[in-house]
Amino acid sequence: MPIRCEIVSQDRIVYSGDADMVILPGGDGVMGILPHHTPLLTVLQYGIIRVREGSQESVFTVAGGVAEVQPDQVTVLADAAENINEINLQRAEEARVRAEQALKAGAGKDTDSYLKIQAALKRSNLRIDAARRYKRAR
Amino acid sequence: MPSTRELRLRIRSIKNLAQVTKALETVSASKVRRAVQANKATQPYSEKAWKVLVHLARQPGHNSLHPLLAERKLDGRVLVVMISSDRGLAGSYNVNILRETLEYFREFEYPISYVAVGRKGRDLLIRRRKDVIADFSNLPTPLAFNDVSAIGRLVVDDFLADKFDAIYVASTRFINMVKQTPEISQLLPLRVTYGEDHDPATTHATKSVFTYEPDQNELLSEIVPRFTALQIYQAILSSQASEHAARMVAMRNATDNVKDLVGSLQLEYNKLRQSMITSDMLDIAGGANALAQD
Repeated sequence: MPIRCEIVSQDRIVYSGDADMVILPGGDGVMGILPHHTPLLTVLQYGIIRVREGSQESVFTVAGGVAEVQPDQVTVLADAAENINEINLQRAEEARVRAEQALKAGAGKDTDSYLKIQAALKRSNLRIDAARRYKRAR
Repeated sequence: MPSTRELRLRIRSIKNLAQVTKALETVSASKVRRAVQANKATQPYSEKAWKVLVHLARQPGHNSLHPLLAERKLDGRVLVVMISSDRGLAGSYNVNILRETLEYFREFEYPISYVAVGRKGRDLLIRRRKDVIADFSNLPTPLAFNDVSAIGRLVVDDFLADKFDAIYVASTRFINMVKQTPEISQLLPLRVTYGEDHDPATTHATKSVFTYEPDQNELLSEIVPRFTALQIYQAILSSQASEHAARMVAMRNATDNVKDLVGSLQLEYNKLRQSMITSDMLDIAGGANALAQD
């Protein structure tokens, strides 16, 4: 019996379909969810979601959020998420450079803009990592 | 009786005005479309989020799960988040939401404070000597979720600090281009029930207890305030769509009115001009007659 998997971010549905196994970056570490899992609610860290269906595997980046697991479904409420195939490596790297420069230029710590830049940096690092690791295999 | 020159000037200035209202109408039309799209885009997320919350609330003993979920006895102050627009020229949009809000809370015997979102609403509230504790004006467009998280945090903090016993949000729900209705709903404590249009296939009858990771308290204090902010976010998006729609309709009416007005002024002008020509002709004819008699 497959498990229904839905990944939504604030502005769209990123993925919706059946899966044999879902691997999530949970609050206390990476976990693999199989059908008939006990109900579970977890926060998500920055990381990678892998959805396996047969021999197919789709990979997504996720920038934090919440996931709800029911015996027959997994719902991911992501702060931001995207399919690995949508990542533009060049743009991500440019974004990383921009963010690093902005940090060096010295935004005051604990100000809004500092936190914003840091989050952007974290996001682009995640994208680059994910794209390098999983895109080449295809 | 105005002179022909005056009439001509008036007609010209009214026509200029029509160009302005026409332009505003066109701009608003495209803004409505964008706002409606933004509103639609957040729908799947909030539907799912709401479902998670419902599952949570159905757990045994949910009243003690989180203070934001627990119903309180209402014997203190009430906070209302009123969403209006930053700019005017939107017909009765701002007045409607204000009237609805004041009407709704007239019977309340408890003191009521307001958080104003939008400059127009703030001004209206202050003019009526209401207690406005915070003001969020000039929100950026397009609105991002992060822009409203501050409102959510303020509301949640004040609620948890027992400053208020109930929090409401007053917004304008966008139904279609010509119909937008003001609406007041309770934000906190969260009233968790399924919406009318939920899909039974994806809901769960099980009442088995959740496992939480990292732990229950941490998790709930993370997600419950976020859902509160999400509701405010959606209310604002819907209100913005309504605002632009209201402005579009108001501007279209203004443009139509200009046509009537110009028509009647033109008629007056033509009458005046004709009577002037007639009297001139009479003068000339009279003069010619007088000369001929000499």
